[in-house]
Amino acid sequence: MKIKVLGSGCANCKRLEANVKKACEQLGINAKVEKVQDFGEIAAYGVISTPALVVDEEVKVYGRVPEVEEIKKILEER
Amino acid sequence: MLQEFADWLTYSIFGLARESQLGAAANFFIYDSIKVTLLLAIIVFFVGIVRTFITPEKVRKWLGGRSEGAGNVLAALLGVPTPFCSCSAVPLFIGFVEAGVPLGITFSFLIASPLINEVAATMLFAMFGWEIAALYIASGLVIAIAAGMVIGRLGLESEVEDFVYKIKAKKMAENKMGWKQRAGFGLSESKSITLKVLPYLLLGIAIGGLIHGYAPADFLASIAGKNNPLAVPIAVLVGIPLYSNAAGMVPIVGVLISKGMATGTALAFMMSVIGLSLPEMIILRKVLKPKLLAAFALVLFISFTLTGYLFNAVLG
Repeated sequence: MKIKVLGSGCANCKRLEANVKKACEQLGINAKVEKVQDFGEIAAYGVISTPALVVDEEVKVYGRVPEVEEIKKILEER
Repeated sequence: MLQEFADWLTYSIFGLARESQLGAAANFFIYDSIKVTLLLAIIVFFVGIVRTFITPEKVRKWLGGRSEGAGNVLAALLGVPTPFCSCSAVPLFIGFVEAGVPLGITFSFLIASPLINEVAATMLFAMFGWEIAALYIASGLVIAIAAGMVIGRLGLESEVEDFVYKIKAKKMAENKMGWKQRAGFGLSESKSITLKVLPYLLLGIAIGGLIHGYAPADFLASIAGKNNPLAVPIAVLVGIPLYSNAAGMVPIVGVLISKGMATGTALAFMMSVIGLSLPEMIILRKVLKPKLLAAFALVLFISFTLTGYLFNAVLG
């Protein structure tokens, strides 16, 4: 599973990254969380409100920071 | 009821004397902080629900291919409730340009979004009354519309970084939300924004109270009063690179006015602080070439200055 956090490194992006890591830990998933900070790359996903969560190249959440429980649900669907 | 609570806290719990200066100041501080915080929590909740309907993704769709004028008005209006932080300005800009939103209309949105925000409007309303709050919103809209139209007419499309035009964005599924989720979003916005601005708000009110008590009332009147025509452009020039939370700005504006700064000058200063900042310009440089970035800052400088003069003339 490939997990990406899109965002330019603002407070919300860091919160999202932390929540994703917590969700992975709690589910026992050993996935690498990649940070995408390049604006061109972010825009290529069609994302215009950051932060965004991308799982296996599919945009799952954008424009807000989901709670750990919600991220767990998203990751379990995979 | 709120006043009674503040009285009870100041005089019974903290045991301050009713007639003392400290007692009166503490009472005022407690009453004001609670009033503004409650009002903020409620208004941010409702704005949060509105935000679930007016997302940047939808705004982009509504603005695509709009003509000058009507498009700028719509963009400025939609910019008011739309959330904005300087870190999402660039993806937003790219997304709008990529979807065929004209440059001038994109700028109307980019200007309105940070300039007119619910936190500043609520606090102006709580501390100065509805007239000043309405004046702030109305002038913010006029600035966003006019500045966007001017930038649109400058024909600076070639001054956008080239990579922006080359991006081919993927289509993305839209978030779907029910009423329960919308209310949940409103609650979480209310909680997180209120908590985030609370320290600034308390600090602003506290600094305001201190200066209010210790600086003479006409402290600023001679240098920033109505008789110094240069005060407005200087205040705006100082404010543009500065960045501050709107919640901390409003109490400070209150102090500036009470110490003799002309109301229009103080409001123009506040708008230039929250409307544009150096960090935002640095981040926008990634998509705007220097010429367009300079035009953007210059148009805003002129707009804020004119607004300051206008307010000073109108508010008398």
